[in-house]
Amino acid sequence: MIELSRRAAPIRRALWPLGAILAGILLTGCESPQTTLSPTTQFADEIQFLLKLTFWSGVGVFVIVEAVLVWVIFRYRARRAAAGLPPQIHGNTPVEIVWTIIPAVLLAIVAAYTTPIIFSTQAPPPKDALPVKVIGHQWWWEFQYPTLGVTTANEVHMPVNQTVTFDLESADVMHSFWLPRLGGKRDVIPNHVNNLWWTPTEIGTTPGQCAQFCGTSHANMRMIAVVQSKEDFDKWVADQKAPPAQPAGGDAAEGKTIFSRSACIGCHTIEGVSQGKIGPDLTHVASRTIIASGILKNTPEDMARWLQDPPAEKPGSLMPNLHLSDTDVKALVAYLESLK
Amino acid sequence: MATLVRPAARPLTSLPRSQAMTGLWSWIITVDHKRIAVLYGATAFIMFLLGGIEALIMRLQLATPNGQVVDADTFNQLFTMHGTTMIFLVIMPLSVAFFNYIVPLQIGARDVAFPRLNALSYWIFLAGGIFINLGWLIGQAPDAGWFGYANLTEKPYAMGLNTDFWLLGLQILGIASILGSLNFFVTIVNLRAPGMRMMRMPVFCWMTMVTNILMLLAFPVITVALVLLMFDRQFGTHFYIPSGGGDPQLWVHLFWVFGHPEVYILILPAMGIVSQVLPTFSRKPLFGTPFVIYSGIAIAFLSFGVWAHHMFAQGLGPTADAAFAFSTMAIAVPTGVKIFNWIGTMYRGQLHFTTAMLFSVGFIAMFIIGGLSGVMHASPPADLQQNNTYFIVAHFHYVLFGGAIMGLFSGIYYWYPKTIGRLMNEKLGKWHFWLMMLGFNLTFFPMHWIGLDGMPRRVYTYPEGMGWDSYNMAETIGAFVIAVSILIFMYNAVWSMRHGAVAGNDPWDARTLEWSIPSPPPHYNFEEIPVVTAMDDWWHKKYGDTGHEAAHGAPAAPPAMAGASVDHDVHTEHAGHGGGGHHIHMPDPSYFPIILAFGMFVMALGVITNYWICLVGFCFVFAAIYGWSFEPVSAPEPPSGSAESHPVHETPRTPVAAH
Repeated sequence: MIELSRRAAPIRRALWPLGAILAGILLTGCESPQTTLSPTTQFADEIQFLLKLTFWSGVGVFVIVEAVLVWVIFRYRARRAAAGLPPQIHGNTPVEIVWTIIPAVLLAIVAAYTTPIIFSTQAPPPKDALPVKVIGHQWWWEFQYPTLGVTTANEVHMPVNQTVTFDLESADVMHSFWLPRLGGKRDVIPNHVNNLWWTPTEIGTTPGQCAQFCGTSHANMRMIAVVQSKEDFDKWVADQKAPPAQPAGGDAAEGKTIFSRSACIGCHTIEGVSQGKIGPDLTHVASRTIIASGILKNTPEDMARWLQDPPAEKPGSLMPNLHLSDTDVKALVAYLESLK
Repeated sequence: MATLVRPAARPLTSLPRSQAMTGLWSWIITVDHKRIAVLYGATAFIMFLLGGIEALIMRLQLATPNGQVVDADTFNQLFTMHGTTMIFLVIMPLSVAFFNYIVPLQIGARDVAFPRLNALSYWIFLAGGIFINLGWLIGQAPDAGWFGYANLTEKPYAMGLNTDFWLLGLQILGIASILGSLNFFVTIVNLRAPGMRMMRMPVFCWMTMVTNILMLLAFPVITVALVLLMFDRQFGTHFYIPSGGGDPQLWVHLFWVFGHPEVYILILPAMGIVSQVLPTFSRKPLFGTPFVIYSGIAIAFLSFGVWAHHMFAQGLGPTADAAFAFSTMAIAVPTGVKIFNWIGTMYRGQLHFTTAMLFSVGFIAMFIIGGLSGVMHASPPADLQQNNTYFIVAHFHYVLFGGAIMGLFSGIYYWYPKTIGRLMNEKLGKWHFWLMMLGFNLTFFPMHWIGLDGMPRRVYTYPEGMGWDSYNMAETIGAFVIAVSILIFMYNAVWSMRHGAVAGNDPWDARTLEWSIPSPPPHYNFEEIPVVTAMDDWWHKKYGDTGHEAAHGAPAAPPAMAGASVDHDVHTEHAGHGGGGHHIHMPDPSYFPIILAFGMFVMALGVITNYWICLVGFCFVFAAIYGWSFEPVSAPEPPSGSAESHPVHETPRTPVAAH
């Protein structure tokens, strides 16, 4: 669905030998568009450094301790000819002290590397950062760009090499905003405003999704991040700020009429048509590549499927089945697909 | 002496109680710690099967992208109940089964301090376990996760009874845990055999005591959290409701202040079992016993200061994150010390790889992996990528399955002969172990990858093209391999009851007091309470100080235990007329525990149906407490009985074990 440029991920190759037991079954070598191991921001890079540090220290400890364990198992197996009891050793205080200090020192090293990164990644965002307000809803994402006057859903656009700061709010329950290739997650908590900021360094589209269980369709609360060149981003902003397309006639005009006289207007905003605030803003819905928080593509077929029975696609969806006739669906799809 | 009480004047609470040792009724009113242990163990194992079936259904759903086995709501109920069941209804009660069976035997006592309270803990546990599962019957099982984060558990986001079953069931289970923990704490402090100083006490008893202190301190916190939630849902308060000025994050804090000590409540008993099994089959004392004990205490102490490492993504600020990162890393040190001491125990030993030993060694090998991945998310920025992904699922299954469950199976194979009197089949046991190791690693090792590859937890479905497909399929296959290994275990356990080799008192040439008495132990455990002179007293009695006296293979003859009848234990106060144990007075059975637990069950039902039903339940509870309070220690002899040889007492005697 989403084509991604992947950088080399050495840690993946490093993990591979440990999983040799699985090699027979897992020879497919698939690509993971949502991986945390291929960072594309400075924030995600710092996390990656700590992951590598803890992973390799862990591998070192693992190899040594398990090797000793295996050696002991084979060396001291009871032999048939064994006579008498083994030496009844009760302990050895110097040894105890040594193996208390060694892990303490290792962990102190990890802590020493961790602490500055805790503070640097949670520092206040730079003044020139582009603010984005993220609102988690059951089960979709709303993105507002207060300085640009743009509101969109499920697709967050960012200019490359520009720091973006996200203020995270919830409309209902706890969620967690997570775009793995761009950085770590941050929970979205009602009545709290959490913050997360990063500077994307790579153009491309990456998926993400809600990471805090938030009810029936938690699994369907997905999104995509689109990192663009400055020019593309500015063009996108200009398009989003333009007034909505006015259908000239045909199915699309019919669709607009149906939209304005049915339940749609209660929840959705289309500038100049309706002002609903419960569901996503549809003023430029046709400019997006996904609908229904990323579980469907923005094609006429998928849009029709969605309109016919939303809870069948997204269980528990607040958008009910409106029992639209096929002709109404066809007209609505034509209208919505015209809203570039 | 002959002043028999007339029936009319006899208080209700001194109704005759069946003294039969067989039949259903004898199990219902039993206060014998060994029988209660069996009840706990059997119930926990049934729950283990239930939780396992829930896991298998989830694995079927996730085997392929866009799985169609169950729908979203069912899946959410499955993972909620899988977690809740495995934690509260499997690992905890299975540990309690071991506390019950083994602790009195290891400390040389005839029962726990409060036998009726012990029965009450079990029946309340059963009531809670049934209650929390009732939701399945009406298709409204709990569905907000075992952690039940507010405000998803609040109206209007949780309108069904799902959350009510969960929060009431957990409150009931909490009562059982608190009562049980008091009982074991007092038992260990007060009922040790003469000469058993604290530092001569077996490490399993130490870990039991530490675990029970943790329970005693942690469960009140979750109880408070649940009561507040119940008030929100039932009476319209707003403790966790943002629109009413409440704060859902309060729940998260309260839950994990309980939840992190809970993790150690789950693992410490298994660590205690491993600390008994390894020395026995290495034929060496536990290496650095005091360090193993102190590190258990250190873990328990630190476990109350690490809860916010579950909350690194919640935005508590860098200072709090750093503080909790340090405390979390610190707790890894005593954990590591334990592992090194276990390996030190095996070093230069004579290792006998029985099934029990294999499971203990498997525990060490797997727990190392779980511990190391734990250190990876002790680093808060790294945790921001791992939190709430399958990486975490992998981590805690390595700790709780590779750790706790392996340790508990080790304990089952180790003490089965003591309980049943016959050994389990070793060949089947080894099939069980190796299949479980294979299945376990096949199921949970790939979860590290898909977690780092961005697969979140608690998703009922995932799309194609994420690169997670083959890992998920492997995990599902692994889960069924585990299921097969469990079937082998069940067959073994049943087969061995009739066909296993007769165990004798001490089949493993073991170290602690429970192996000095017959298998299965008599009702009164010890004919005469032993006098303890050393750590691992039984081994000491067999082999002397160094072990060299009996250095030619065969175990020494069971030591003469004459002169060991110091009248220390309260249970011995009525003993004393010769051998066979026929005159050792043991507490009589009681039917008040099950009545009390039933009343609580009815009260909980009342909360979700009609508050007046609570009153009915309360009547049961009140009647049971009243009757309990005035219950004589022993039932009056039946009138046709030999009243002349056993005079009936007009007034209750001093309770044998005050409760």
